[in-house]
Amino acid sequence: MLSTPATPPVPLVVLDGIVKRFGTFVANDHVSLAVHAGEIHALLGENGAGKSTLVKILFGLLQPDAGTIRWQGEVVTIANPQAARQRGIAMVFQHFSLFDNLNVLENIALGLADRKADQALADEAAALAERYGLALNLDAPVWSLSAGERQRIEIIRALLQKPHLLVLDEPTSVLTPQEAEGLFVTLERLAADGASVLFISHKLDEVRRLCSAATILRGGKLVAHADPRLESSGSLAALMVGAEVGDVRRDHVAGRGTAEACLVVSALSVLPQEVHGVPLRDIALTVHAGEIVAIAGVAGGGQREFFAALSGEEGQVTAGRIMLGGEDITRATITTRRERGAAFVPEERLGQATLPQATLSDNLVLSLPRRETAASLGWLDLSALRQKLTAIVQRFDVRASAVDPQARRLSGGNLQKYVIGREIMREPALLVVNQPTWGVDAAATQHIRQALMHLAEAGAAVLVISQDLDEVFAIADRIAVMRAGRLSEAQPVQSVTRQDIGLLMTEGSTPGAVRHAA
Amino acid sequence: MRLELIPRQNVSRWREWLTPILAFGVALLIGGLVIGLMGRSPARAFQVYVIEPLSQGWAIQEILLKATPLMLIGIGLSFCYRADRWNIGAEGQFVMGGLCGGGIAIATQGMATQGIGGWWIVPLMLLAGSLGGMIWAAIPATLRNRLGVSEILTSLMLVYVAQLLLDYLVRGPWRDPSAFNLPQSVNFDAAARLPVLFAGGRVHWGLVFGLLAALVAWFVLSKTLFGFAIRATGEAPRAARFGGFDERRVTLLSFLISGGLAGLAGVAEVAGQIGQLQPSISPGYGFTAIIVAFLGRLSAPGIVLAAFVMSMILIGAENAQIALKLPLDLARVFQGLLLFCLLGGEALTRYRLVLGR
Repeated sequence: MLSTPATPPVPLVVLDGIVKRFGTFVANDHVSLAVHAGEIHALLGENGAGKSTLVKILFGLLQPDAGTIRWQGEVVTIANPQAARQRGIAMVFQHFSLFDNLNVLENIALGLADRKADQALADEAAALAERYGLALNLDAPVWSLSAGERQRIEIIRALLQKPHLLVLDEPTSVLTPQEAEGLFVTLERLAADGASVLFISHKLDEVRRLCSAATILRGGKLVAHADPRLESSGSLAALMVGAEVGDVRRDHVAGRGTAEACLVVSALSVLPQEVHGVPLRDIALTVHAGEIVAIAGVAGGGQREFFAALSGEEGQVTAGRIMLGGEDITRATITTRRERGAAFVPEERLGQATLPQATLSDNLVLSLPRRETAASLGWLDLSALRQKLTAIVQRFDVRASAVDPQARRLSGGNLQKYVIGREIMREPALLVVNQPTWGVDAAATQHIRQALMHLAEAGAAVLVISQDLDEVFAIADRIAVMRAGRLSEAQPVQSVTRQDIGLLMTEGSTPGAVRHAA
Repeated sequence: MRLELIPRQNVSRWREWLTPILAFGVALLIGGLVIGLMGRSPARAFQVYVIEPLSQGWAIQEILLKATPLMLIGIGLSFCYRADRWNIGAEGQFVMGGLCGGGIAIATQGMATQGIGGWWIVPLMLLAGSLGGMIWAAIPATLRNRLGVSEILTSLMLVYVAQLLLDYLVRGPWRDPSAFNLPQSVNFDAAARLPVLFAGGRVHWGLVFGLLAALVAWFVLSKTLFGFAIRATGEAPRAARFGGFDERRVTLLSFLISGGLAGLAGVAEVAGQIGQLQPSISPGYGFTAIIVAFLGRLSAPGIVLAAFVMSMILIGAENAQIALKLPLDLARVFQGLLLFCLLGGEALTRYRLVLGR
């Protein structure tokens, strides 16, 4: 009698060869992943690596263009989130959907289709909270709770559905280190009870602390399956950020960077304007005429706040100075900064860089010098605006369905080319760009990077804030890393490796980690 | 069963223009139903409400007369609402305009026949009225800018302050001593009256001011840097900040324009129409103009049109009161219906209604 080989246990869920395209952009390119019962599985990758897309497919929010999903060995289609929930998949999103003025129990009930905020639900929720160490006062109004407590509401809500698989999207990004540790204990108990957890993160130390398996994505592609307990932070970082060379490559001309300093930031500390903003601490940075300095780092490290401080849009400077071309602009308005030769491209194309409902020619008014857009008494010089628009459209290859469409009618790539073109046409001495090619298709990305390099070659100082390491290494002369409101010293690109930068980006337990005000 | 609103991808232009017309039709239908339930003939009511006001000379004059303040105030409010600033107190700014302008008329009583004559009195009244409205509107704007106080509450509460101040003045210091203790001021001199447009008619120069204001507003909002700043502030505050537009300045200026025009409407009402100050000089024009502003989609031509429509409804309600013995409150019901249908229609233009389970 032949002995049958021991069959390995069937994984709870298997994603196989998943492909998802958005237009020409491939968000997931043949990604595969298997999660076993009782496993805490990490989905690792930088922003834009395709983690969220993959999870949305798993949760039924998106449908894959190719590939299969197997649930307990059987091929399934997950048409919508309800279908996902029926199979036992629960998800805790990064952004909570809670009502501030209702109490915890009412919020739990609202998230469940057929439950009321009655004693039965309260007992059940209290039992779950007790079992998994989720300390929570069910009668407290949500507005009085910390981010960690709010997350516990979402987790209890998810657990009430008795899920086989709990998916958490960047759960620790809003937590203090102590709250994060509490969450890990909860997840470990869940796994011990046989449930699986898919843990999305880019923080290496927590993944190594918590997870027994990891799937690593980069640029929409599967890079590796690994056991994070057997890897070092360095080797995981290398997998995550990759070592490929971008298509656009900058020639590093000797002597560049020894030119005069254009932007000098010294010992700058800024209090954020928003409740969950990151305070900036003691930032020093110099950008010379003719060079591109890039600031790398994962989202939420203070990049948004630093950009706002440089542009003068918001934030309260508590210490330090910002000098532009030898003049102190620390307290100058954005208009004054523009008059002194600065130009800015913010992260949000619609709603910040442009008015969605206004035409492209009207939108020029936002950043062009007032005297070029408006005649006396503030009349807009519409023909001059149209001429400028035509010049931008031609030089930066902005493709639109009409001559002068509303900004919201343009695709992301074309709108970004327009915004960058609008600023470059002003011939600025300093250009500050936040996420220049975020969500932009490949062709437009090349175009935009090329334009930034031409601008630097023409003698302007260029500061690029980017989460895309390929981009940072492709175009920068010097690289600094922003994390938890601090900025590392800018290093020449020749003297740093991706691994160095990756470690600077992801180390999570050094002093100065993000702490939210109580 | 559950109702869900799903955003529509593309809304065609004709749909956007058809919406208010359809909304008007639906409001008429529901109004007819209400009148039917009250035991009157809806067809007769339609004739009284819509046909008669448009077919009789005197009624057309009355429509123009009532449309004048609605237009002026509505145009002013469109600046605030375009900038996402909620001036609910145009009624108070209107009263202050009438009070300040009327105060000049009372103070200059009898001067027209002496010295340099009376040519300067009406311009001074118009100026004082506009300034009064502006100052009244500057209070909520400043409170918002300096202390972060909600302009909705302060502008609304100031309505009652203005109304009670006027009430006090016409019962106290400004009461006409020869009016048998009635709470009213002296009748203004002829030199303190806003001239009528046509001899023998009642329509005064206020209407011209309203149409001029609409024209200027249209140019300012669509063709000037200031208009762009207002649109930017209302539509995308972050973009406005990125553009370097001063949010506080936009708040203050939009309130000043709004209050100035409401004040002008107020002084035009007392100098053109009433001819004296009374405890109440407005049947709620400042509030009705809020509906007018939104009915006109916050665009100047739309507001002019909406002012006439709303005025017609008001006149129609007065007719109905006499001809059908229907209460005047029905006009308010109809206003409410119209606004409700318009906003509902607007929502349905932008969203699709889906029946869920």
